[in-house]
Amino acid sequence: MHIDKDLVAASATPLVLAILAEGESYGYALLKRVRELSGGELEWTDGMLYPLLQRLGRLGYVTTEWRTSPEGRRRRYCAITDDGRAALAAQQRQWVAVTHALGGVWRSSAWLPTALGEA
Amino acid sequence: MDGVESQIAEWRTYVAKAPAVNGRDVDELEAHLRDQIAELDAGGLAADEAFLVAVKRMGALDSLSREFAREHSGRLWKQLVLGAEDEPARSSSGWIEALVFALAAAVAIQVARLAAQFPDEEPKWLLRNISLFVLPFLAGYFAHRRQLDTRRWVLTVTPFVFVAVVANLYPYDADSDTELLVALHLPVVLWFAVAYPYMRGTIRSHERRMDFVRFTGEWVIYYALIALGGGVLLGLTALILEPIGPDLAERVVEWVLPSGAAGAVIVAAWLVESKQHVVENMAPVLTMLFTPLFAVMLTVAAATYAVFGVFGAFDRELLGVFDALLVVVLGLVLYAMSAREPSRPAGLMDRVELVAVASALVLDVMVLGAMVARIGDLGFTPNRAATLGLNLVLLVNLAGTAWLSVRFLTGRITFHRLERWQTSYLPIFALWAATVIVVLPPTFAFA
Repeated sequence: MHIDKDLVAASATPLVLAILAEGESYGYALLKRVRELSGGELEWTDGMLYPLLQRLGRLGYVTTEWRTSPEGRRRRYCAITDDGRAALAAQQRQWVAVTHALGGVWRSSAWLPTALGEA
Repeated sequence: MDGVESQIAEWRTYVAKAPAVNGRDVDELEAHLRDQIAELDAGGLAADEAFLVAVKRMGALDSLSREFAREHSGRLWKQLVLGAEDEPARSSSGWIEALVFALAAAVAIQVARLAAQFPDEEPKWLLRNISLFVLPFLAGYFAHRRQLDTRRWVLTVTPFVFVAVVANLYPYDADSDTELLVALHLPVVLWFAVAYPYMRGTIRSHERRMDFVRFTGEWVIYYALIALGGGVLLGLTALILEPIGPDLAERVVEWVLPSGAAGAVIVAAWLVESKQHVVENMAPVLTMLFTPLFAVMLTVAAATYAVFGVFGAFDRELLGVFDALLVVVLGLVLYAMSAREPSRPAGLMDRVELVAVASALVLDVMVLGAMVARIGDLGFTPNRAATLGLNLVLLVNLAGTAWLSVRFLTGRITFHRLERWQTSYLPIFALWAATVIVVLPPTFAFA
């Protein structure tokens, strides 16, 4: 299944913040976690994650720190801040509202289940 | 693995050449690439295949570079240079467009000059309206360059028409102070009106507002450079023409100076838009140079005033001088802010800047106290009301800046909040200038 580019972009911030709420992480591990969570459906262009992380840093949602990993690679580790948690909560409410509305309309429309059934 | 190592090195140089990707970004991307290759390797893929897959997953370099450009201080020009997705690519750098608007401004100012018979006569309306002969062309230039739709064109034109009508319908007294104040504040209001087409109508966006602040600062640098060069050119021309006839030199200056000054407004804007990377290196250097100097000057002045008292030196002009001082300090703050990498942690320069702002505040509060006492004795005049109002507007801004700087330096907030404070405050400057034009003259009976 192909997920629309705009949808991927819109879900990127809450997804990254939610993963960071689980604990500190860095770019590559974050991407692996995204693939895992979406069962491989959510395909990100890898590079795009880094500008996004920098934006979150600028907004004060995450703090970043350069450290050298055990394998000797320079990595920027990110951790969520209180502001980031607040932003995540706000995003969560928005997404719940959206999925709620969509769920409602999909249950009530008669044509959809057949269309899905045929597919 | 040697083959892969050289491939990675090659890839690294290629990525590093992208305009908006800096060294740190490349490091990070490389670490990512290596992680990906290692994992694919472990999955049984040959090393060079793993490299290809990893590079492919990284994404196209130009879209990646555009994303970084958006993040690294969100500069509009880098997006323009790279060709934003939602914008048609430009074939030329747009100099013809700039030239047309510059010529239009040059002709308009000349028509106004001839109608006023300047310099033989110096009618007040010319002084009052001078910015109205130039800045609409700058707004038009941006409206055209940003390809605004009809609705936005209308919204661009509206403030100019409104201000022009108000400023010229008021029945000013002869030798009116309020008229002079209108002449001084009109360019400020119109400059903010230019912001609308510059931001393509997205005036609520704080990032675009910061772009406009940057544009303003860089425009000032370019305009000053053009003015310097133009001054030398005109001076030499006058000297060369002197032997032929002193009148001739005067005529040439009369014709060339107003048109040149008006046209340069648009040319400077075009230069900022298309040759931005030149000034972009200049703004941080100028800030580095002048912030410490101003900090020293202001601390010494504050200490001197505190020891000897304000009252000896106090006169009517002083508050105006302090308004100018606060404007310069604010300018420095904004320059530093626009030149700063937002993600960088607090450093020495931020501290020096705070010293400058704090000293300016202390000085200003002392002078303001003296001024308020005087106004109690002497009453309000248009000039006092205008200088006092401007002073308060600036004082609140700088007090907020100082407070947020302290919080930033102690690590309690991010730099982003400081930027937000400035960009949120911008409309207040516009509103104050508009108040001076619209409300002040009737309040003082056009005196």
